[in-house]
Amino acid sequence: MKLLIKGGRVIDPANKVDAVQDVLVKDGKIAAVGKDLGSEAAEKAKVINAKGKLVVPGLIDMHTHLREPGFEYKEDIASGTRAAACGGYTSVVAMANTKPVIDTASEVTFVRERAATTGIANVFPVGAVTKGQKGEELAEIGDMAAAGAVAVSDDGHPVQNGEVMRCALEYAKMFKVPVISHCEDRPLAGDGVINLGRVSTVLGLRGMPAAAEEAMVARDILLAELTGGHVHLTHISTARSVDLIRWAKGRARENGFTVTCDCTPHHLTLTEDAVEKYLYDTNTKVNPPLRTIADVEALRRGLVDGTIDAIATDHAPHHLDDKDVEYNYAAFGIVGLETAVGLIFSELVAKKLITAALAVEKLTAGPAGVLGLPKGTLQPGADADVTVIDPAAKWTVDSATFASRARNTPFGGWELTGRAVLTVVGGKVVAEDGKPS
Amino acid sequence: MRLASKDVLGLQDMSTTDMQLILDTAESLKEIISRPIKKVPTLRGKTVLTLFYEPSTRTRTSFELAGKYMSADTVNIATTTSSVVKGETLRDTAKTVEVMGMDMVIMRHPISGSCHYLAKILDASVINAGDGMHEHPTQGLLDMFTIRQRKGRLKGLRVAIVGDIYHSRVARSNIWGLTKMGAEVVVAGPSTLIPPYIEELGVKAYTRVEEAIEGADVVNVLRLQLERQQKGLFPSTREYARIFGVNQERLALAKVDYLLMHPGPMNRGVEIASDVADGEHSTITEQVTNGVAIRMAILYLLLGGATDETAD
Repeated sequence: MKLLIKGGRVIDPANKVDAVQDVLVKDGKIAAVGKDLGSEAAEKAKVINAKGKLVVPGLIDMHTHLREPGFEYKEDIASGTRAAACGGYTSVVAMANTKPVIDTASEVTFVRERAATTGIANVFPVGAVTKGQKGEELAEIGDMAAAGAVAVSDDGHPVQNGEVMRCALEYAKMFKVPVISHCEDRPLAGDGVINLGRVSTVLGLRGMPAAAEEAMVARDILLAELTGGHVHLTHISTARSVDLIRWAKGRARENGFTVTCDCTPHHLTLTEDAVEKYLYDTNTKVNPPLRTIADVEALRRGLVDGTIDAIATDHAPHHLDDKDVEYNYAAFGIVGLETAVGLIFSELVAKKLITAALAVEKLTAGPAGVLGLPKGTLQPGADADVTVIDPAAKWTVDSATFASRARNTPFGGWELTGRAVLTVVGGKVVAEDGKPS
Repeated sequence: MRLASKDVLGLQDMSTTDMQLILDTAESLKEIISRPIKKVPTLRGKTVLTLFYEPSTRTRTSFELAGKYMSADTVNIATTTSSVVKGETLRDTAKTVEVMGMDMVIMRHPISGSCHYLAKILDASVINAGDGMHEHPTQGLLDMFTIRQRKGRLKGLRVAIVGDIYHSRVARSNIWGLTKMGAEVVVAGPSTLIPPYIEELGVKAYTRVEEAIEGADVVNVLRLQLERQQKGLFPSTREYARIFGVNQERLALAKVDYLLMHPGPMNRGVEIASDVADGEHSTITEQVTNGVAIRMAILYLLLGGATDETAD
């Protein structure tokens, strides 16, 4: 099985490549990348003309909720990996807040085996930090890492107890897995449902202060330094979080600890105003909440100056019934896998806020570097995970057409420019033009 | 004459023309309430539902009476005795009653935005009878009506709203309505009960009640929900009454002909002293009567205004 992707602009940040080249895929691996690969390469190969398109390493989403086991009515590994493939993602990192929680090696193995049989993209499981994500006793992090967990996280149930977090960072360090932290001081966030600010006051909705996130960002940074561990702060959403992380990165190397972070496409493109504009549309309800324009601009600057390592979707599929209720009763979360590329290229790249090369880095080499994955590269010999993006493709977001089982997006009806048009996983075409192959 | 939209969800989005129309209509309908035979045929054949997910005395009763005085058929659902206790969703409850032929649903709900949600679901008119901490437009209008009746105008008056601004839908509706009509609105209360960015709504905020009351034409005192104490927002009702309670001494700072308002129910001796609540400046019982008139006006303007009474 050979695939020759011809004449596209190859952007491979891991190998510092940005040039019009051909990519040859053979037997599931990258065989060659170069200018005008000749007729020998084309022999018996399926040739894909990528002129005017971007040919990039398969995208990696380092924060995905696949919901299996336990919440298959929202999403499962089959539908979630199809959504990934349609959005241009070849690898997803699956969060542990399933039912049961992924807190033992056997659960990690279950996810990997289900992914191998029902998935069409690579699935890298995350294990829980604590048993049952209760924030009390450490889960068997060593066993989970051995079984293939690439990180540990209690994500939506963030570890509140500083001592537990300290132990987690110390312990996880031995197995070289980062602790992914959803930064939220729970009592401070209280029963908030949107950002605490102008819109919460106008709409009479309970607000979560930015400080609820930032206080935990600060704590986690200090605990990473204390332990020499690796904390990855996920879906950061405020300007001061970016400032704190920038400060931490400035002293991390010489003090022997690691702080990395990601942010989501929705926090890069929407503000709390959306809750007002869309009249309490529960699809704007997400945690961390949509913030202010100053926060959005700070996140964009953080991408450019390297403070933010990756863009991650926090793809959080929910059933229609979970969202078709009063605002406070609605589940938190936005689906992101199928809109991420379109949003990033329309709202950031086309508006010249970031370059296409930087966008690709934050979707490939960035997350691969944070998690130490052998992905996000077009190096010959590497797994042939390749995505072709048409930065000029115009399309309108229609959640009814999603491959995901879920429809909870606030971007319905948005006209976007830029889309993944071909997704190749391990040398096999798994999605074309936003549809599974 | 009809309102611009099929629903009345809040005063933030209501035009001054519509507010004016409601106030003027209430003015002419109020007299019906004091007739010996309180019944006009205006809304004959119309069906109105009150759907209350929170307890209420005056709002629910006054909507029901407003409907009855104009010959509408009114139905009440108290959620504690309905299928809501069996876990029925708002969507299903609303759809169920709509297919029985309701023309209008008047809803009170503990969650902000619920009436917007309901209005998206239903073709019937929706009136917000209080949604969470968001708005209580008919209360805002009846307060404005009361002030206008007593003072002859709204424009240029200084209105002080005192108490728990944070959790108050009454405060928000009053702020939107009064500022649109040209009144100066100031708010006061403990800093823990004043929401951030409140000044962006066009009001001035104080933590010293005296500063707000000084020179006021109207002092509107909000109910203090005592469970806020458990959340740590204020230490005790004793201290609250001492620092923020509205009493004779503080009201001496207002204009001599000030009006004292309270949406009820009151915590006497906490946010408001009994002697002033029952005193000569108080409009508290009058507000209740005016509430019926305002609700009659809204029902009429949504259900009756354009129908041809002779068609049948």
